[in-house]
Amino acid sequence: MYSEKVIEHFQNPHNYGRIENPDGIGEVGNMKCGDIMKLYIKLKGDAIEDIKFETFGCAAAIATSSVVTDLAKGKSIEDALKINAKDVVDSLGGLPNIKVHCSLLAIDALSEAVYDYYKNTGKEISEDLKKKHESIKKRDDE
Amino acid sequence: MKKVYLDYVATTPVDPLAVKEMAPYFSDKFGNTMSLYSLGREAKKDLEESRKKIASLISADPEEIFFTSSATESNNTILKGIKGSHMVISSIEHACIMESALWLEKQGARVTRIPVDKFGLVNPLDIEKAITKDTALVSIIHGSNEVGTIQDIGEIGRICREKNVLFHTDASQTFGKIKIDVENIDLLSASSHKIYGPKGAGIIFKRKGVDLTPLIHGGGQEEGLRSSTVNVPSIVGFAKACQIAEERMEKDLEKISRLFKKLVQEVLKIDNVYLTGHPEKRLKNIASFYFSFIEGESLVLSLDLEGIAVSTGSACSSRSLEPSHVLIAMGLEHEQAHGSLRVSLGRNTTEGEIDYFVDKLKESVNKLRKISPLCIQKK
Ligand SMILES: Cc1ncc(COP(=O)(O)O)c(C=O)c1O
Ligand code: FES
Repeated sequence: MYSEKVIEHFQNPHNYGRIENPDGIGEVGNMKCGDIMKLYIKLKGDAIEDIKFETFGCAAAIATSSVVTDLAKGKSIEDALKINAKDVVDSLGGLPNIKVHCSLLAIDALSEAVYDYYKNTGKEISEDLKKKHESIKKRDDE
Repeated sequence: MKKVYLDYVATTPVDPLAVKEMAPYFSDKFGNTMSLYSLGREAKKDLEESRKKIASLISADPEEIFFTSSATESNNTILKGIKGSHMVISSIEHACIMESALWLEKQGARVTRIPVDKFGLVNPLDIEKAITKDTALVSIIHGSNEVGTIQDIGEIGRICREKNVLFHTDASQTFGKIKIDVENIDLLSASSHKIYGPKGAGIIFKRKGVDLTPLIHGGGQEEGLRSSTVNVPSIVGFAKACQIAEERMEKDLEKISRLFKKLVQEVLKIDNVYLTGHPEKRLKNIASFYFSFIEGESLVLSLDLEGIAVSTGSACSSRSLEPSHVLIAMGLEHEQAHGSLRVSLGRNTTEGEIDYFVDKLKESVNKLRKISPLCIQKK
């Protein structure tokens, strides 16, 4: 049911763990099945210098966490926020339909980490990011 | 890579002796049991021989055994074929009972679901209280396919008899593995592929005089209860598997109990892991655990990468993304059910396989806990 790529990332996930004193932390969970993901970012200027994740979830959730951190690492915040589900699913060589929601977990965690960073530093937060934050929080509370 | 199969509850390999027994029925003895000529008559004779062997396992009369394609079909036939407006089931039945009950409710029937305690045990008194004058059937699973708890079907059957209500038990996981006394049982279902027989055969034990409407209508096979050309090869294999099960029951039980003890002892040495099911009233071939901080599907997959086959009741692994209704009925939190792992042993399981499994389990649990945001102690 899973592609080779998913298995590869699941077996040897990239960038897992924590960052001490991160610039932002994104935590999302309670999607459909009760999973939780934490994503830590460390910035250098406007670029994501380091990124790490912790995931409590299925193999797809772990593999997508790994891929999202790969995709985001080294990118500017602006570019990192453009990573979408299709990018993630494509990088993994596809995901079973029922598992597509797991890929959103990591993308949302990334945008939450950026939101957290903006909030911590008092930077201006775009309307888009605010809206996304509201909808993630609303969904997580359900 | 080493292959270790520890999911005997899902299905079993067919015993080589059963395979041998079946072989001629695909080519030489391919007759239809309803045909008049000798090829058909011989098939019919062998079908009846098989019926006898299977009946013997539960000390039933061969006339009380009816062949179906599976336990799913047996259970559907029974639930849908008993006439009445009220039915009592437990909250930990197999999906084929749960879903049939839901369907019956849509047709206007009333279903009472009896809760279980934290060990997965139904209190027979709750059943007694649930029975009303409209109750037509009580259906309670014998051995749980998820946690192994065995219900007191003797007592439940006695209560039903006293109240004049039919009692059915889904014995898919106990038939051929432990002794079953059908004295107080009116209806029972079992399946061939759970006891080293081939897929495609199941039975309904139906006590004489119990009136059951067929689910499948047609040529009138199986006394009209189950039409369709009888699957002689599978039934012959099933009968052989029953015969072997009867001969080996004690020996198998002894060996599996020993391996179970070792398995549980070793697994519980891992931090934050719990055994589910009843401590004594249980099948020894099923050990179901839950691990804190990690999710079951990823654990199953991680073990699969080491050649080990086991299963989980985690929401992530189900089509509905809902956790196992059995674990939830036992009072587990969603998060606990999330980390569930079911290991089931069989006749072919060896001590070496248990050792290998425990080693790989420790590795996988450690690895997944390192990735988990919930695990505090690791850091
Ligand atoms: C308790 C129980 N009932 C019913 C079934 C269904 O059996 P079958 O595969 O023969 O339809 C199973 C097996 O999955 C089971 O464990
Ligand atoms: S995390 Fe639950 S299905 Fe993927």
